[in-house]
Amino acid sequence: MLYDVGLRITYSYANAASGGRHVLYMTPADVPGRQRTITSLLDITPHPDERFARKDFFGNTIVEAAFRAPHDEIAFRLRARVERYAEIPPPDASPRLDGLAREIMAVRSLAPEAPQHFLADSPRVSTRVEFDAYARSQIEPGMSTLAIVEAVGKAIDRDMKFDPDATDVNTPPEEAFARRHGVCQDFSHIMIGCLRAIGVPAGYVSGFLRTDPPAGQPRLEGADAMHAWVRAWCGAKVGWIEYDPTNGMFAGDDHIIVAYGRDYGDVAPVRGVVRIAGGQASTQAVDVVPLG
Amino acid sequence: MSAKNRPQPDPAARVLADYHPIPGVADELLDANGALRPVWRPFIEALGKMSPEDVTRRFELGDQYLRDAGVFFRQYGEKDVTDRAWPLSHVPVLIHETEWAKISEGLIQRAELLESVCADLYGDARLVKEGHLPASLVAMNPEWLRPMVGVRPRSGHYLNFIAFEIGRGPDGRWWVLGDRVQAPSGAGFALENRVATARTFASIYANSNVHRLAGFFRAFRDALSDLRGDSESRVGILTPGRLNDTYFEHAYIARYLGFMLLEGEDLTVENGQVMVRTIAGLSPISVLWRRIDASYADPLELNDASRLGTPGLVDAIRRGKLAMVNALGSGILETRALLAFLPRICQALRQEPLKMPNIATWWCGQEAERAHVRANAHRMMIGSALSTRMPFDPEDSTTLGSNLQNAPGGAVDSLLDANAQLLVGQETVTLSTTPAHVDGKLTPRPMSLRVFLARTSRGWRVMPGGYGRIGRSADAAAIALQRGGSVSDVWVVSDKPVRNETMLPSPASPYVRAHVGTLPSRAADNLFWMGRYVERAEGLIRLLRAINVRLAEAGRSDTELLEYAAGFPGFVDFDPLRGIPPNLFEGLASATASASVVRDRFSVDGWTALNELSAGARKTLSAVTPGDASARALGALLRQITGFSGLVHDNMYRFAGWRFLSIGRSLERASAMAQLLSWFAAPETPEGALDLVVEVGDSVLSHRRLYAVATSRSTVIDLLGCDANNPRSIHYQLAEIESQVGFLPGAREGAQMSALSRAAFKLRAELAVAAPEGLQPETLLQVRAELSDLSDLITSTYLR
Repeated sequence: MLYDVGLRITYSYANAASGGRHVLYMTPADVPGRQRTITSLLDITPHPDERFARKDFFGNTIVEAAFRAPHDEIAFRLRARVERYAEIPPPDASPRLDGLAREIMAVRSLAPEAPQHFLADSPRVSTRVEFDAYARSQIEPGMSTLAIVEAVGKAIDRDMKFDPDATDVNTPPEEAFARRHGVCQDFSHIMIGCLRAIGVPAGYVSGFLRTDPPAGQPRLEGADAMHAWVRAWCGAKVGWIEYDPTNGMFAGDDHIIVAYGRDYGDVAPVRGVVRIAGGQASTQAVDVVPLG
Repeated sequence: MSAKNRPQPDPAARVLADYHPIPGVADELLDANGALRPVWRPFIEALGKMSPEDVTRRFELGDQYLRDAGVFFRQYGEKDVTDRAWPLSHVPVLIHETEWAKISEGLIQRAELLESVCADLYGDARLVKEGHLPASLVAMNPEWLRPMVGVRPRSGHYLNFIAFEIGRGPDGRWWVLGDRVQAPSGAGFALENRVATARTFASIYANSNVHRLAGFFRAFRDALSDLRGDSESRVGILTPGRLNDTYFEHAYIARYLGFMLLEGEDLTVENGQVMVRTIAGLSPISVLWRRIDASYADPLELNDASRLGTPGLVDAIRRGKLAMVNALGSGILETRALLAFLPRICQALRQEPLKMPNIATWWCGQEAERAHVRANAHRMMIGSALSTRMPFDPEDSTTLGSNLQNAPGGAVDSLLDANAQLLVGQETVTLSTTPAHVDGKLTPRPMSLRVFLARTSRGWRVMPGGYGRIGRSADAAAIALQRGGSVSDVWVVSDKPVRNETMLPSPASPYVRAHVGTLPSRAADNLFWMGRYVERAEGLIRLLRAINVRLAEAGRSDTELLEYAAGFPGFVDFDPLRGIPPNLFEGLASATASASVVRDRFSVDGWTALNELSAGARKTLSAVTPGDASARALGALLRQITGFSGLVHDNMYRFAGWRFLSIGRSLERASAMAQLLSWFAAPETPEGALDLVVEVGDSVLSHRRLYAVATSRSTVIDLLGCDANNPRSIHYQLAEIESQVGFLPGAREGAQMSALSRAAFKLRAELAVAAPEGLQPETLLQVRAELSDLSDLITSTYLR
């Protein structure tokens, strides 16, 4: 499927910022066999004094921009054309949880794909007993890792209510979980917390969803802003699979990948530090049009 | 001196009569047979010749030095944080240089090993690929910083200054208890312990062939300067700031080595080059010795919650434009579980065994090791595998296995089963004992040493000495300062006289004047405000004293003058007839707070005077009754504060920092006088108001000599407003400001005056041509408003 992606993020400051430096995780990724980014243009206004692109540890392409002159507004505008290939769910050759632990131990690597990176607490997701209890209550004896990932993801989709007003980007996942309300970021963080609690390596995927559904299908939730879903490691044979707990489905050709990280903290679209006194406000608008 | 004349066949025997080491524990002073070790003999004999009074007096000398130097340690209680006297155990730990050479050899090997491990963990990760280290210990470790993976340090080295905590076991061998790599503290404290101990035992120290410490610091200072790679950029020490419990040490070391003391806020990054914001604009810096934990160094790429760091710092390192000492991410080497793997890693990387072992450690993530810990739990400490804390650290959750075993319900088993990957077992440590002076006699106390190593152009160099930590009781766990432990100097003793080294270059080398003028804006800001706060407090004290004197004379508070004085707007709705306004204490506290962040630029005497002043004011003034008692207490405080000001203004070199302090003072004084005159020298004031303001302006004698008449509105305004020769007048202070502003960077831009110079000139000129009659209250308040604008202009030009 071919898409035209548009994203616009703006910040305005009550008092002019005297300078700032930002790291941007906004441009769609190139993932061999799954996604190809044909063109990608990122406009920044005002014109930054410094701007360069580089890769981060997980292989994401990021843009860094710095401003030295005072400014009271910044706008980031992305236009991209992306081809996303359809994926066939892998056959379930994943081990049970005890076997998974042994397979993880056997991985002798610190490469970005190594499952060990995705087991410990990360900036936004920490160990919680309630995640552990919830995950265990979804497991039946003899279940494979892949089946467990799907069961936990479906349970979250079933039990949580999508509600853009219930949380903000800084709400801790345990708080959203307690209220059973939230957005894709919360759903994903909760699922990551649940999987890690039972020893399944789990990470965060940021990206986009197509805005309007194909004829006759319901509109997916989370299409009005940047979207997020989960990736989980299901053993050496299956490797990483991606699951969208907000829509209760494996990620497919509706899901356009931007960046991989341990959680939102690793891949927030705009990370930044500005020198300001006073408040700030931001807006985000997404448009994903399928070209067939 | 009668003690000297008394016959004493063996002075050592007297000292040792009550000294009884613990059976089964090694002792530094006595060997296994109870005989005095030769390295201690001269010291013990000299101690034996001193009378108890002499010993007490000498200990007091050392303590006095530490108090004067402002050395304290911060105790974290359950509810509050308090600063306590520095707990020096006056008796040093003595180690012979031959034994020290062996210790050094072991530690240098370990330093080189850690360097290789660090390079591997941030490079090829061969140790993981080849199975010498489990991937999870690295990937799950919060100290392994992903943005630093693949980044080669510009100097080629990850480690430049590290420390090891070592202790001696029952068999007499030295063991490494832990590696300090992140930002090791204690070297500055070791220096202070040395000065205090050398002062305590002046004659013994001079004759004991003790290796000096200065050579080590000089070599490290030169090594840091060499890391710059040029002669223009600067070296800085990056501190988390004054709230950090070792901030004193950061300031001390910065002063001692002559490096800038910087906080993250002082720095900015442009095109990968780190710059210091100074009063003269941005100035490049290429070497930072950090005392801040790595994750806080850059909020953009590391911990985004950090308010202490500088965005872009990681990128500067990535581009090879900044040498960071030690490399960001090197903190992973402190991980406790690493101790379990280092012996084999040493074999794998260096094909040799560790010369000095570390405490035996088992990572419970492996089955055989877990079984071993389970079976031997009674003689184990079980704790977090990823912890970077030392054994005995009170904030650590390490539990003695023996405690767990006695707990009901198989506590060891359930702990190990649930968290195996995150746990290590470590053999319980028994430390050697060393003599501490307790209740008038020497008593054996457990001891560990922190030893410092610096990388120089000729390889690793070990500081010949260290930071000794002495337990409060025979229990090794009581060694932490927070648990009442103390610290001591460490003397590495030679058989022959040693070289007397200093930090100063030899007189033969050419004299080079260090270049000045790179005052960080934040430091300038704090000096400016310190000047303002101290002056504000002084002015307030003078006014309060004058009011309280009148209150005492009148015996009542409802006289016309006192009621008028109480309405003075400077009291901000507080009735000065009923006590001391809280803004006086607040002002002094603010002055101390400002001074505390520029301690590296401030003489120890000045700091101590201000600190005592601020603490004393609250104590003495909050309890006194209005009237005579208050007047006297305020008078005493006034003498202290003018003493402090004198110290600053007579003794401080006229660096740019002093100018900011001085401008702050002048601005405040001029502004306060304008406010005083607008109220007390207004056209309609009660009898005595003019005399009061002359007294507050400390100009009673001048007025009498100059005018030979009673005070009138015009004589008072002439003397305190317009007079160019009275240091209390507005005009005089405006001239001061104008002159100091002229010395600041950029005061003239080509043939043009800067905006600030123009503003200062204009304000002074207005006062110079004003006649006393022209200075009506509204004009005076206008001067005050213009001074406030001038202050804002100084801030926007230099202080941000």
